[in-house]
Amino acid sequence: MAQATDTKSTETTRRDFLMLATGAAGVVGLGAVVVPLVSQLAPDAQTVAAGAPIDLDLAPIAEGQAIKLFWRGKLIFVRHRTKKEIDEARAVNVATLPDPQTDEARVKAGHEQFLVVYGNCTHLGCVPLGNSPGDPKGDFDGWFCPCHGSHYDSSGRIRKGPAPLNLPVPPYAFSADTKIRIG
Amino acid sequence: MSGHSSYVPKTGFERWLDARLPIVRLMHDSAVSYPVPRNLNYFWTFGGILMFMLVAQIVTGIILAMHYTAHSTMAFNSVEHIMRDVNYGWLLRYLHANGASMFFVAVYVHMFRGLYYGSYKAPREVLWILGVVILLLMMATAFMGYVLPWGQMSFWGATVITSLFSALPIVGETIVTFLWGGFSVDNPTLNRFFSLHYLLPFMIFGVVILHVWALHHVGQNNPTGVEVKNVQKDTVPFTPYATVKDVFAMVCFIGLFSYFVFYQPNFLGHADNYIPANPAVTPAHIVPEWYFLPFYAILRAIPDKLGGVIAMGAAIVVLAFLPWLDSSKVRSMSYRPIARQFFWAFVVVCIGLGYLGAMPAEGGYVIASQIFTALYFGYFVALFVIGLFERPKPLPSSIADSVLGALQGGSGARMAAATAAEPNAKG
Repeated sequence: MAQATDTKSTETTRRDFLMLATGAAGVVGLGAVVVPLVSQLAPDAQTVAAGAPIDLDLAPIAEGQAIKLFWRGKLIFVRHRTKKEIDEARAVNVATLPDPQTDEARVKAGHEQFLVVYGNCTHLGCVPLGNSPGDPKGDFDGWFCPCHGSHYDSSGRIRKGPAPLNLPVPPYAFSADTKIRIG
Repeated sequence: MSGHSSYVPKTGFERWLDARLPIVRLMHDSAVSYPVPRNLNYFWTFGGILMFMLVAQIVTGIILAMHYTAHSTMAFNSVEHIMRDVNYGWLLRYLHANGASMFFVAVYVHMFRGLYYGSYKAPREVLWILGVVILLLMMATAFMGYVLPWGQMSFWGATVITSLFSALPIVGETIVTFLWGGFSVDNPTLNRFFSLHYLLPFMIFGVVILHVWALHHVGQNNPTGVEVKNVQKDTVPFTPYATVKDVFAMVCFIGLFSYFVFYQPNFLGHADNYIPANPAVTPAHIVPEWYFLPFYAILRAIPDKLGGVIAMGAAIVVLAFLPWLDSSKVRSMSYRPIARQFFWAFVVVCIGLGYLGAMPAEGGYVIASQIFTALYFGYFVALFVIGLFERPKPLPSSIADSVLGALQGGSGARMAAATAAEPNAKG
C-alpha cells in the first residue's frame, strides 16, 4: 500500500501538533503585543481630557477683528465679520468652489457676523495670515497662507492654491447672544 | 572579487584568536589586502568620508543628548544652555548641526558619482538599493533632529512634513494623529522624535554594514566601468593605496567642515529657528534645510496635495529602480556620448530645483518648478530610451590598459610590470 512505498509517514505526529499549536500561540501573542505598541502612539488620556469644552465671550471682539485661541491644542480663529465680508461670502456661486459649501452652513443662523474656524491651513498645517489689521488677507478678503500660497475667503473657504478643503468649523454652540461654548 | 584570505597570524595570541573568532582576519581581508581598482579617482573617497561623518554625528549626538531636555517647555532653553553653559557645548552643537549638512554634501557627491559611473548596474543593484535605503533613513533622521531645538522652523517644519501624510485618502488624518500623539505637534511629538532621532543612526549603521558587505562581495566599480579581469594587473591592495587616499580626502573634507563650524556656523541654518516655537504664528517664509530643497520644490510644483506628496516620494523611490530603468550595458558615462550630456543636464536640474525650493511658491517660480520636475523624471525616461540607440565609445580592454595605455613603448611596459608586481611586494 501507500505506506509501503512512502519514505515519509503521512500520519500526524506529535511534532506536527506542536508546530501548529506553537504557531497559533505565536500569532495570537504577536497580535496581543502589537496592540499596545501601536496604541501608545495615539493621543494620551491627558491630551484627550484637555479637549473639554471651553467658553468664550465674543463681546470684546470688535467688528472687523479676529482672535486666536487654542482648543485641544489646535488653533481656532474667531472672526467678527463686517457686512461687506458677509455679503462677499454669500454672493459667490457655491458650485464654482473647490470645496462647495454655503456660507450659511458655516455659521450659526442669527449670528452671521461671527465665523469660527480651525486656524491651520488644510494643505500642510501652517497658520494663514489675515487676523491682524496689517496682514495680507489674500484675494478674497479672508486669509492667505504664506507657506504655499493658499487663499481663503471671508467664510474660510478655499478659493485658490494647493489646499484641498475649507478651514473646518469646530463643534460649537451659542450659549448666549455673544457667548459660545467650543467642544 | 576577494580571493583567498592572505592573512597570516603573526603572534601566538593572534593564532589562538583566529581559530576562535577570525575578526582580525576579517578586518585584514576587508581593509588591508582587499583589492581595489587601480584607477579610482577622488570621487571614490566619499564612502570613507561618509563613514567618518556617520561616526562623528553619533559621537557628538550622544554627547548632546546628555545635556538636552526633550520637553516642549524646556527644549529651546536646554539648547541655549548647551550653547552658553556647557563646556565646549557650542562646538559640539555646531559640529552636529553643520555635520548634518556636510553628511548630505558627501552623500550627494557619492550618489552623483554612482550615477555618472553607472555604479548601480549589475551586479551592484542591491548595493545601490541599500544606498537608497540609507538615504531615506538619513532624511528621516535629519528631519527629526531639526525638530529638537523647538524653534519656529523646528515646529513648523514638523507640522508641514507630518501633515504630508494627511494627503493619504481615508487613513491620512488618523496616521497624522498617531504621529503627533495629539491633535497638533506638541510635547508628545517632540518626545517621540527625540527617541527616533537617537535610534535611526544606529539603523543607518546597520544598513551601512550591509552596504559595505555588498560592496566587498561584488567589488568596486571604477571610472571605466570595466570589471576587474586580472587582480594582479588591475588592482592594488586597499592598504596603503586606498587608505592613504581616503584619509587625505577626509582631511581635506574636514577642512571644509571646519570652515563652516568655526567661521559660518549658522550660514546653513535659519535665523527663525532662534525664535522659540509658537503654535499661533507661522514664519512668513518657511523653507526646509538646504538638502531637502529640491524635493520641496517638487512637492510644491504639483498643484494637488496628494499629487505633490506622491511626486516628492517618487523622486526618491525612482532611484531604487534605476538599475532597471537604464537600458545601456555600458556603465561609465565617459563612454556614453549622449547619456553624458543628459547626466550633466540632470545635475543642473537638481541644483535648479534646489534654488526653486528656496524661492516663494508663486508666479514664475511655480512654472519653473513644474518644468524642472518634469525634467527630473525625464532623465530616468531618457536613460531608458538613449540606451536603445546610443553607440558607446570603445571601452578599454582592461583597467590596466586604461591606465597604462597612454604610456606607449618600453617605459610603459616596464612601468606596468613594476606596478603590477607591487601588490605582491607590499602585500
